[in-house]
Amino acid sequence: MAIIVERKRLSFWERLYLPQIVSGLFITFKNIFKPRVTLEYPDQSPVLPVGYRGAPTLVKDSEGREKCVSCQLCEFVCPSKAIRVTPGEISPDCEYSYIEKAPKDFKIDMLRCIFCGLCQEACPENAIVLQNEFSINGYSRGDFVRHKCDLYAAGGVMPDKIMKWKKVRDNAELGGNR
Amino acid sequence: MDKKTVKVNINGADYEVEAGRNVLETCRSVGIEIPHFCYHPDLKVAGSCRMCLVYTGMPARDRATGELLKKEDGSFEIAWMPKPAIACGTNVAENMHIITDSEAVRDCRRSVLEFILLNHPLDCPICDKAGECRLQEYAHAYGREESRYVENKNVKPKKTEVAGKIMLDAERCIQCSRCIRFCNEFIGRSIFGFTKRGSKTEIAVYPEADNDSNYLLNVVDGCPVGALTEKAFRFKMRTWFLKAVDGICAESSAGVNTRVWSREGRIYRITPRENSAVNQTWMSDSGRYVFERFNSENRLSRARIDSSPCELSYAVDRCVEILKLGSVAVVANAWQTLEEQYAAGELAKACGARIFMASHLGEDDGKLVSADRTPNMRGAFLTGLVDSYPGGDLSELAGLVRSGAVKTVLCLRENLRALGFEAKDFKSANIIYCGALENETSASAKVCVPLRSEFEKRGLWVNRQFRVQKFERAVEPPRETIDDLEFLMALLRDFTNASFSIPSVGDVRRVIASKIPQLKDCWNVGPEGLQIDGSAFAEIDFPETDAMHFYKNQHACSKE
Repeated sequence: MAIIVERKRLSFWERLYLPQIVSGLFITFKNIFKPRVTLEYPDQSPVLPVGYRGAPTLVKDSEGREKCVSCQLCEFVCPSKAIRVTPGEISPDCEYSYIEKAPKDFKIDMLRCIFCGLCQEACPENAIVLQNEFSINGYSRGDFVRHKCDLYAAGGVMPDKIMKWKKVRDNAELGGNR
Repeated sequence: MDKKTVKVNINGADYEVEAGRNVLETCRSVGIEIPHFCYHPDLKVAGSCRMCLVYTGMPARDRATGELLKKEDGSFEIAWMPKPAIACGTNVAENMHIITDSEAVRDCRRSVLEFILLNHPLDCPICDKAGECRLQEYAHAYGREESRYVENKNVKPKKTEVAGKIMLDAERCIQCSRCIRFCNEFIGRSIFGFTKRGSKTEIAVYPEADNDSNYLLNVVDGCPVGALTEKAFRFKMRTWFLKAVDGICAESSAGVNTRVWSREGRIYRITPRENSAVNQTWMSDSGRYVFERFNSENRLSRARIDSSPCELSYAVDRCVEILKLGSVAVVANAWQTLEEQYAAGELAKACGARIFMASHLGEDDGKLVSADRTPNMRGAFLTGLVDSYPGGDLSELAGLVRSGAVKTVLCLRENLRALGFEAKDFKSANIIYCGALENETSASAKVCVPLRSEFEKRGLWVNRQFRVQKFERAVEPPRETIDDLEFLMALLRDFTNASFSIPSVGDVRRVIASKIPQLKDCWNVGPEGLQIDGSAFAEIDFPETDAMHFYKNQHACSKE
């Protein structure tokens, strides 16, 4: 059922029209001289807060070692199924062959990613980190699928306080608790 | 035979349970799970992990008279053991009282886990066992949150290859000795052993040239942690992505119960499924890789008429046309399910065709790989496709083709070229090849129909014990293939110009149940299978020899 809303009758002062224009322009001029609140994007980039969740990236530790061991927990936890890991074995002549496992390929489909950060939360090695990149573009669907090399290039180095694998190696070299 | 029972009291509740079993199995039978690492129902008790500690007690007796002491309310006065006992090594007794969930028991578990985890490497992110690891599960359920251990962990060999198919990581080992016991008891040979002492104890392999056995990979399934991992499955896929479907091993007529683990249409591994009447918890290593032959590029993936690819429906129509030319022979096989064999029999009856079969024999190892390397030869006897054990080739059929008595051969799955047919025979007869794989026969057959592998369909197989066992579809079939049963039924319908809708597997099962007296219950086969009476075939000389849960003339005697 339609409800007819009675419109309030305007007073004489309101019907004069010009005072309203003047008071509106007053607000305009008042704000012209105030500091700007909008940002000239993309010429200016915003200051992102700490803990901002941008595009997920893969990071290396301070030794330059790739941290990901392809445990695939991020793939499992990802609610939009954006992550696809192909696990692989580290070749025996590599310095880090004692870690045994590393991703052969690591794909993130940025069209599917919803920046929820669950991958970062699930990662037992702190290898996947959501960093500051938020503007993601491309010309085809394929452009939005980031492979392992793209993810490492975007991720850079993230210092690690624990250095779990270095401890394992040092312990093995010392012979451990013998 | 009546089983003897005893009364026990578990956590304050009274139960009537089977006598002579240990506390762990007894508690499991009433639904109380006791955590354990080293105990395995099919191996001897070792009692080395101490994870299954429980408190037990017996009714107290008066020292002077020997009378049972009772409380005022009539219940027994219990003399509790001062220290906990291992549930796997303690048998139940009349009026035994057991406590599995007190604070003291939880403290035992927490402390045992702390000892086990002292030197455990905690490399779950790279460990293939993660997700199905008992240590992981129990650490979550009963363990401490943080380690109090500040010293360096013990270092042990991390990558030892065993017989080319297992990777041994001694650091992850918790010294449960299941692998040692399995090799000693089942394989009958020592392959693994402990060296060193105390916390330095290591699992090691005997330094002999031949540590291989066709049953070695069972130690991987048995290992409660990730110390022994399968090389073929190493770093392929995490277990939590895999979906397990009940299967039956197609390797031989032993009919080993399996689980087929797949993700997104790809099979990653096959593991044994417990069936105490067939394979216990074991399976052969060779049976674990039967899926690989269908992963190959050798797959027949499109229908062909005269070697040119065509639509599936055209190929089926062409088959019907060729069958109508007459003088037909049907080559059935023992990889077909019971339902398909029945359908093949009906089709042969309609065409007036004779059915030929070939046996595929190998060496019988007396365990879980039998001489008959097909899973369903008993089914062919039950459905009446054959009445005597078929020979190893089809030379009789080849002779009939050469003499012109047979003009059309509907060949299901078998490779005729390997069974006595020559290249020129393919010219003198119309040969229809239906199967999942390409071979010499498919290369020169008139019509090729792509069928499905045993992982892409469901059905029943009858193993050497005359046990009907069902398997389910593990993966989606390739698009251009047709289900074997659907194909045979379509041929039958079009050949007889009948109009019935293609029956499902379940429909055919019901028809079989109504027509074949031994199989009257086959429409309702549980996951553990259905033992049927095979005494009607006692005269037939089956090639299998005595093996696990199987005696050569078992079907002639009364059922066990």
